[in-house]
Amino acid sequence: MLSLTVLSLLILVFMAVGLYSKSADILKENSVWTLLTSSAWSPFNGQFGFWSFIVSSIYVTLLSLIIALPISLLTALFLTEKAKPWIKKAVFPVLDILAGIPSVVYGLWGILIIVPWIANSLGPHFVDYTSGYTLLAGGIVLSVMIIPLLVSLFVEIFSTVPSEIKDASASLGATPWQTSRKVVVRKALPGIIASTVLAVSKAFGETLAVLMVCGNMVEIPRSLFDSAYPLPALIANNYGEMLSLPKYESALMFAALVMFVIILIFNTVARIVLHKVEEKFTL
Amino acid sequence: MSLKKSFRPGYKFVRQSEGAELEVRNLNVHIKNNHILKNVNLVLPDKKITCIIGPSGCGKTTLLKTMNRLIDSVEGVRIDGGILLNNENIVGSGEKIINLRRKIGLVSQKPCPLPMSIFDNVAYGCRIHGIRNRRKLRMIVQYYLEAVGLWDEVSNRLNTPAARLSVGQQQRLCLARSLAVEPQFILADEATSALDPISSRNVEELFVKLKQDYSIIMVTHTLHQAKRIADHVVFMYLGEIIEAGPANEIFTNPQHQLTKEYLSGAFN
Repeated sequence: MLSLTVLSLLILVFMAVGLYSKSADILKENSVWTLLTSSAWSPFNGQFGFWSFIVSSIYVTLLSLIIALPISLLTALFLTEKAKPWIKKAVFPVLDILAGIPSVVYGLWGILIIVPWIANSLGPHFVDYTSGYTLLAGGIVLSVMIIPLLVSLFVEIFSTVPSEIKDASASLGATPWQTSRKVVVRKALPGIIASTVLAVSKAFGETLAVLMVCGNMVEIPRSLFDSAYPLPALIANNYGEMLSLPKYESALMFAALVMFVIILIFNTVARIVLHKVEEKFTL
Repeated sequence: MSLKKSFRPGYKFVRQSEGAELEVRNLNVHIKNNHILKNVNLVLPDKKITCIIGPSGCGKTTLLKTMNRLIDSVEGVRIDGGILLNNENIVGSGEKIINLRRKIGLVSQKPCPLPMSIFDNVAYGCRIHGIRNRRKLRMIVQYYLEAVGLWDEVSNRLNTPAARLSVGQQQRLCLARSLAVEPQFILADEATSALDPISSRNVEELFVKLKQDYSIIMVTHTLHQAKRIADHVVFMYLGEIIEAGPANEIFTNPQHQLTKEYLSGAFN
């Protein structure tokens, strides 16, 4: 048992070491700082700047979270606090199905519905021209993908909030909405944070769907209606395709390493926040 | 530790507990197909401690929950008859429920502090009823924490989570929280059963002190407790009120056979 546990920890180390050694080639010629902060991307000239990819990735993930979090929170609150049993019975299987749909289907749905909608209906209100393959499309598709996950996690967490606490709040004259907002959400906050971390990791690493709808132009997106090129899409699009170029494989490995490190940092920070929150409210 | 102090917190709603009345008339409560309360009639005296006694499952808790309408959230519940608070029927009137709960506070069996600081717990109800002024809130919090004898123990850590208090302290905190919205009646559902003997005695003494300002309705499982603090006693059995009256009469001279048996410890 212990050895298996150690093994799964070692996998993490092996991955980090593997990615690092593979990207050593490019690190020899460029400093980490230039690779990360330059946005000059011209593999034919040996220029590899990852800034626009990193920014794209972060933007798409953040956007999906901004869309998905309020929707999921309110849905989960409704399902646990207010919904009649038959509604719950109808909704949960649908959520499971949504969570199980392959991401390529979400991508196709994005191309067929979201992209034309942005290009023809939404975009013209804000910008002169947009192809529809945009940061916004990526954010929307990703949010639709993580909402089922978030809702089922939140429902699970909200239903662990003891009814005595809700009764106590109600018997002081709080309306159900006040009780949900001030007591249920607060009690569930550590769980909400933990689930959000999970969702962010999923959204950040999601490849296929964003690759299909984001437009994949190497530029720093200036608005929601610009196209974006997140890191996973870069790797998936080019690995195996353009490896004849010198250093290209190494550059892609470095991209993977960057993702790896970002997720690692994010998880660590989230853990610290979680610890602080738990300390503040419960113990 | 008297509630009659030199100042009253400058409160928005002044308590009008003079002659407050709570009367239960022909109350019947069904939950799904179970007839939980059967034709309950009861007048609850003002500024007295009324103890509701009876074996488990006789409907004591249901009666309390009907009085502040917490019963509404139970699935499949049907209420007939009336509960009159100051001559106003509180059963069935949907929009008054929040006002009602301000007038009838509940202290539950297990203390359940809200997931926030000690200060915020006491201030919670006041904030909900629209008091935002920090100074006023501070005054109210101090006043009611003093009233339940908790101020000296917690005054230097008001911002720590309430869950860190001991169970006995938590129960007194919950009482302070209920008092802070200035109710006329306090419903206590076995409020001491989760406490150790000393904290339990503290809370009991507190109730006795509080009755000069509040009417207290208490469900209890321990006859000794009822004997110690009750002014009035209501004996319930299988959803019906068997006997009700002044405590010394019931305890010294019960009229009904079931009451006699219960008091002598023949069942339970």
